[in-house]
Amino acid sequence: MKPEEYSRRQQQVGRWAINIVSYRLGDRYYCTVDNVEPGARIARGEGATREEAERSAIEKATARLAKTRVVS
Amino acid sequence: MSEYAQPQVLVSTKWVEEHKGDANVRIVEVDVDTKAYEEGHVPGAIAWSWQTQLCDTVQRDILPKAGFERLLGSSGIENGTTVVLYGDNNNWFAAWAFWQLKIYGHGDVRLMNGGRKKWIEEERELTRDAPRAAPKTYRAKDPDLSIRSFLPEVRKAVAGRAVELVDVRSPQEFTGEILAPPGLPETCQRGGHIPGAKSITWSKACNEDGTFKSRDELARLYREAGITGSKPVIAYCRIGERSSHSWFVLKYLLGFKDVRNYDGSWTEWGNLVGAPVEKP
Repeated sequence: MKPEEYSRRQQQVGRWAINIVSYRLGDRYYCTVDNVEPGARIARGEGATREEAERSAIEKATARLAKTRVVS
Repeated sequence: MSEYAQPQVLVSTKWVEEHKGDANVRIVEVDVDTKAYEEGHVPGAIAWSWQTQLCDTVQRDILPKAGFERLLGSSGIENGTTVVLYGDNNNWFAAWAFWQLKIYGHGDVRLMNGGRKKWIEEERELTRDAPRAAPKTYRAKDPDLSIRSFLPEVRKAVAGRAVELVDVRSPQEFTGEILAPPGLPETCQRGGHIPGAKSITWSKACNEDGTFKSRDELARLYREAGITGSKPVIAYCRIGERSSHSWFVLKYLLGFKDVRNYDGSWTEWGNLVGAPVEKP
C-alpha cells in the first residue's frame, strides 16, 4: 500500500509553531505533529477521516505543549 | 558542487527502493519507539527502538558489546552486511544507531537521505509486514571511543578551550529560555549552554524535504559559525540523538578528522552541581 493524499501544513498553538502531517494509508488516516523547532514528533493520531486523525493528534500536542515552561 | 567527503554512507530513497530486496542489504527503521514502524514501513525493513534496544536499559549508556552483538545477530546482520538506517524525526535516532554501529566497528552502514519523512512524502510503498530475520553470528570490534566524548574530557576541553564545541539544540534551548523542546518532558535542572559552545541547530544542515544540504552549503554554515575543524569538534544536544545527526554531517559529509558526539549532552551537564553554564 502507498500513502496517499499527503498533506503538510504549519499552525500555531499558543506560542509554539507545529507541523501537521497527515495522509491516508489503506482505509485509515494518520497524522503526526512535530514542534517546528527543533522538529521532534510530539503527537500522533489516527482515524477514519483526516479530520479525526488530525484532531486527535492536535489535541494531544496541545496538551503536551501547554506543559512547556518558559523560564526567562 | 563538491561531493561529500564520504558519499558512500548516504543512499537515496530511490536507491533503497531498488535495493531493498538485496540479500546482503538489511534495512532498519530506527525511532524513539516503534509505533511509526507499526503504522507502515519500508518493505523489508526491521525495527529498532531507541528506548529499549539501542540503549542499556539499566544504566545510562549505549549498548554493551555483548548486547550489541545480540541485537545485530538477531536482526540477521553479519559483519559484512550493508546496513541501511532511516527513521522519523529527520533521522535523529537513525543517526544515533549509525554512530553506535561505528563505535562497534561495523564497516558498511548508510543513512537513507531524508528518512521516513521523504519516503512518505514521495508516496512510496509501505507495509505492515515485519520480516523474520534468520539469526546470524555477529562479532563486534572493541568500542572506538575516539568518536564519543565523556564528561571528564568535555570539562577538561572546555576549561582549556581545546575544542570547538557545537550545541545543536534549538536557539531557545541554547539560551535557556526553555529546558526541553516544546511538548517534551524537561530533563534538566538548569537552562543555558556549555561555556564556549557555538549554536548551530541541527536542522540548518537539512533541506525542507529532510535531505542534507550540499557540501558547500554545509561547509559555509559551520565556517561562518567559527567551526573549522582546526581543533577537535564535540557536538552535543539534549540526549545525544540530534548531535549524532550533526556528528554525521561533520565527520562523513564534511570530512572533519576528529569529531565526537557527547551523548551525555545537556541532560548530563545541565544537572551537574557546580558545572559552569553560560546564558547570553
